[in-house]
Amino acid sequence: MAKHWWKALAILLLLYVIIAGFTVEIPIIGTNGQSSRGLFFHVPMWICMYTMFTISIVYSLFFLSKYDLKKDVIAAAAAGVGSFFGVMGFATGSLWATYTWGGTLTDDPKQMCTALAILIYLAYLVLRLSIHDLDKRARISAVYNIFAYALLIPLTYIIPRMVDSLHPGSATTPGFASKDTSGSMKQVLYPAFIGWTLLSVWIFSLVVRYKKLQLKNIFK
Amino acid sequence: MINKAFSFCLTLALLCISVLANAQQQNTEKGPINEFFRSNDKIYVIVGVLVIIFIGIVLFLIRLDRKIGKLEEKERNNP
Repeated sequence: MAKHWWKALAILLLLYVIIAGFTVEIPIIGTNGQSSRGLFFHVPMWICMYTMFTISIVYSLFFLSKYDLKKDVIAAAAAGVGSFFGVMGFATGSLWATYTWGGTLTDDPKQMCTALAILIYLAYLVLRLSIHDLDKRARISAVYNIFAYALLIPLTYIIPRMVDSLHPGSATTPGFASKDTSGSMKQVLYPAFIGWTLLSVWIFSLVVRYKKLQLKNIFK
Repeated sequence: MINKAFSFCLTLALLCISVLANAQQQNTEKGPINEFFRSNDKIYVIVGVLVIIFIGIVLFLIRLDRKIGKLEEKERNNP
């Protein structure tokens, strides 16, 4: 039981986030109305995606330093879970944009660049499937993964902050600085970040344990 | 054996749904719990919906976690 405490913490935090996320008092600003509550569910998807892609590139670097195939399997698992959370974040954001920005796919730079970043990672998963030789697949996809991560950060974090965007935190809109977010929302937002990230790590650990059982010849 | 029990339960559950659908009527019951769920434009109903979905997903994950744990145990005992 001692090693499962963080899973229980994730469940408790997320139950709090779901209940408080719908009932806490939030400021009603502009066309957002009550949809600002999407902050507690849409933004954590991206935090989960960044966490998973960071784990993925770290294991790709481990692989390239020792050529240990186990590291490559873990990197692929993290990239898969990260892509899943990325798609979830994109879907929730598109629905949100439909009713606040007036379009499902707008010309918002963050939305467009994020779509590109997710496609780059989906290409990583396809690339893996297209090479049958295990060592070749591991080396090529590890190098590709480094390029993918090197594009992920500028595409989703730097470019949207330099140009005008409808997202908070761009050149002309306020970001999540200390004075820009209401205190009541922060009380839910930060537990949401921790809870969702722990949940994504849980799903990731399940995938890795499954892969360890499936690929017994590699994990010996 | 387990499959038979499972299909029996599933059939029973599906039958129950059809019975419930026939017995539909306006819920006008009073009481603190009913009043709570109807307050604030019934937002607590949807909070409940999401709590149920989340608990379902969590129970599924816990079951998967245990199943993988059992397989790992088996693997450790006879590699």
